Amino acid sequence: MMNAGIVIMLMALALFMSTLFGNSYMLTSRSLYLSVNNHEHLSNIEPAVSWMKNKNYTSLFSFIHDFRESVRSFNRSSKEAKMWTDIIYADYTFKVVKNSCTGWVRYHKFPLLLTILSLLVTGAGLFLTAKYYHVPKGIKNDHIFFSKVTARGLFGILLGSLLILFYIVLYFRPEYIAPWVILVSGVSRLLSGQEASQWFLYGMLYTVAVLVMGVRMLLKYRGNRYQQFRTVSVIFFQTSFAFIIPEILMALNQPWYDFKNIWPLNYSFFYDYNLHSYTSGAALGWFMLFWGIALIVLGVPVMTYFYGKRWYCSWVCGCGGLAETLGDPFRQLSSKTLRSWKIERWIVHSVLVLVTIMTIVTLVNYFSEYKLLGHETRILHRIYGFFIGSIFAGVVGTGFYPLMGNRVWCRFGCPLAAYLGLVQRFKSRFRITTNGGQCISCGNCSTYCEMGIDVRWYAQRGQNIVRSSCVGCGVCSAVCPRGVLKLENAEEKTRFAFHPIGVKREKVS
Amino acid sequence: MHIVIIGNGITGITTARHLRKHSGHEITVISSESKFFFSRTALMYIYMGHMKFEHTKPYEDWFWKKNRINLVHAHVDNIDFEKKQCWLNNKERISYDKLVIASGSKPNNIGISFQKIKGAQGLYSMQDLELMEQNTKGISRAVIVGGGLIGIEMAEMLHSRGIHVTFLVMEKSYWNNVLPWEESQMITRHIRHHGIEVKLETQLFNILQDDRGRVRAVVTDQDEEIPCEFLGVTAGVSPNVDFIRNSDVDTSRGILVNEYFETSAMDVYAAGDCAEFRNPVPGQMRIEQLWYTGKMQGEVLAQNLLGNRTAYNRGIWFNSAKFLNVEYQTYGQVPAVFPQSLDSLFWANEQEEKCIRIVYDKENLSVRGFNLLGIRYRHEVCERWISEQRKVHEVLTHLREANFDPEFFRRYEKEMTAQFEKEIHSKSKSESALV
Repeated sequence: MMNAGIVIMLMALALFMSTLFGNSYMLTSRSLYLSVNNHEHLSNIEPAVSWMKNKNYTSLFSFIHDFRESVRSFNRSSKEAKMWTDIIYADYTFKVVKNSCTGWVRYHKFPLLLTILSLLVTGAGLFLTAKYYHVPKGIKNDHIFFSKVTARGLFGILLGSLLILFYIVLYFRPEYIAPWVILVSGVSRLLSGQEASQWFLYGMLYTVAVLVMGVRMLLKYRGNRYQQFRTVSVIFFQTSFAFIIPEILMALNQPWYDFKNIWPLNYSFFYDYNLHSYTSGAALGWFMLFWGIALIVLGVPVMTYFYGKRWYCSWVCGCGGLAETLGDPFRQLSSKTLRSWKIERWIVHSVLVLVTIMTIVTLVNYFSEYKLLGHETRILHRIYGFFIGSIFAGVVGTGFYPLMGNRVWCRFGCPLAAYLGLVQRFKSRFRITTNGGQCISCGNCSTYCEMGIDVRWYAQRGQNIVRSSCVGCGVCSAVCPRGVLKLENAEEKTRFAFHPIGVKREKVS
Repeated sequence: MHIVIIGNGITGITTARHLRKHSGHEITVISSESKFFFSRTALMYIYMGHMKFEHTKPYEDWFWKKNRINLVHAHVDNIDFEKKQCWLNNKERISYDKLVIASGSKPNNIGISFQKIKGAQGLYSMQDLELMEQNTKGISRAVIVGGGLIGIEMAEMLHSRGIHVTFLVMEKSYWNNVLPWEESQMITRHIRHHGIEVKLETQLFNILQDDRGRVRAVVTDQDEEIPCEFLGVTAGVSPNVDFIRNSDVDTSRGILVNEYFETSAMDVYAAGDCAEFRNPVPGQMRIEQLWYTGKMQGEVLAQNLLGNRTAYNRGIWFNSAKFLNVEYQTYGQVPAVFPQSLDSLFWANEQEEKCIRIVYDKENLSVRGFNLLGIRYRHEVCERWISEQRKVHEVLTHLREANFDPEFFRRYEKEMTAQFEKEIHSKSKSESALV
């Protein structure tokens, strides 16, 4: 039955992939008009691509190629004619492709989407039922290091490559997945009344992944209520705060806003266009601005003081939510060496410094009414967005799940995790308490630590674990066979306690 | 001074680490089992695919060089106590000023020749695990004889590979020679619930082999023939001291030592599984074969080697284990059969497979020990209560302080205390009635 489940899930994947193919594309005046909202651009592009009009393309690749080339040759001739202002820098390819698609996906989007989702849910349901129904509750990590998926085997590498490819296309060439956007555009219309973008598609895929793999998490860790509560929490925050509420805000003509996304993870929070949209809006816009600032200056330090950074990283955060659900099968792949710890500290704190400098420059420039740098801060934003926002957080952060574990971004890159970590390390009641002498140094805790903390190093010497990177997922405690570890919030003065129990030495002389 | 340690298990390595922490002596650790120290307790997790061998090493490989602890991957064939030299199987000789023997254990074979019967083996070393991997490849049925901690581990290992396991237990109930009846019953049920077959009060009578010498079935003392392709023999372990027998060092079952780990030979010490105390303090075993005691002995031995004469005293007993999914912790004195002077309070939740037993002195009502299944307690708190001889009533009112379960776990203190108070009340009533 487990195999049947896998087959059905693969069918869902195959159907989903196949929607990218077999569509036809026809450029019409209408599709062009819907895609290019700048009037001048439209009047320049239209003649350049007019030869494509009403021609039926069966290949997405040749459609994209022809459109791109037409715009490019227009730009070339403008350059030669030294008509600098005519050059079109904006990329309309994604929208044009989306609006010119006339294939089966466009006309059957609801049945297709429903079929894919129900295949996925049925397959996952079968698989999980077969895996957990007859098994007594208790955490079983059997065969994880024999599997070709979870132990960096062939399928793991394949899956990682697919994820990396997906992120590259999503961020840099979304036109190639335009049919997927069409597939979910009906849902977007229902939620916000707006056209779906690739980001809506991404949000929806993300939520489905968190939901399905969240259910797996609930089953795998049944018998451990800490794990279950935390999983319900990340599912809730992803579906409501990150997915549905922002769409409803859009429907109400408010800025798209995720109330749990905190600067500096949300690095564009202080960008001029965002500040503009908060302050020019009604009361809700101002609330968003103050809420966002309050989270940074009050929420993070206060909550982290009482509960450690876990209140965010493994209970609320979207990146954390995906890591803890979709990424859970890969948590054992994080490196535990001292060397990776050193590298981690350098990189993650550098990103924090970088984003802070960028934000300060942006704000000073904003309040000096652009006298400082004019609109040149955009270059800064573009560089940060490209290298950190897209490559690091997305391509590497998630694409590397099956290769380097599920917290690559959170551990090496996330500036908010670095900020939360500083508070956790120096001013918090949170720690992982070790239980006297019961440790047998087996290494389950270290192996399953997604943040690559060598938990055993501390546990075997009876030392509490206080580490800035610990996201408090609690899995070390869950997999410990001897009841040695407990995540706790207690008085600060007992945090760094040593409990070397058992050894009684009677000095004789 | 050159200190040579034979054995890189928890005792030898703890000794080496503490020597290095407090001194600049030259330290050499010799082992034929593995180049680097690994956690023996985690061997089962390698077989089940929870971990790889590298995960069982508590220290990274650079650790030893950085801390100037020489590692020699060889077997000690012989020791010349007069010239103070170890003769290795690679023809090398290593001279020592002080020698520590921490050679650990070997599985008891209860008269079964593992050489002659293919597919029959014990489980102690890394080599045993490799052999088990070969012996169980593609098989479907296994029998385990000996109902102790390694037996249940082996059963879980085989079970994780989809191999049907029949578990022969001599006692009336699993590990009933150590666990009181109720705990033992709960674990026996738990094992059966997993689909592992448990045959109680059953002993191995005969082993049947096929024409290639491989085990094909066992016959029990109940005259039942159980077909199997693998026979796990887990009848405990005994000191691995054959290489030192008939030498200047006195041995009995293990190498005889005093409370400072000194043997009968000059500058030769022994500790851990292979050592046997000549005169153990009352309540302490002659041979301690636990991870924890190995660790504690190593630490005390290092002090003695450094000239801080320190007697070993294990302190209040503690131990833990995991029976498939059920965790077990014990603190203090919880005998399988109670002597006249002791009584206990017992609470259980059969559905959740949790139970707790609090042992106390009938006379003065002071707490003596705790047994826990499926619930975690704080070592520090239990030890303090026991050593301060807290009264059972006092402990009951503070029971919450001892709980070490993860956050949001269901708590049973109210239910427990209510039941316990009723029990104590009725007990004291009946006793006063007798008077």
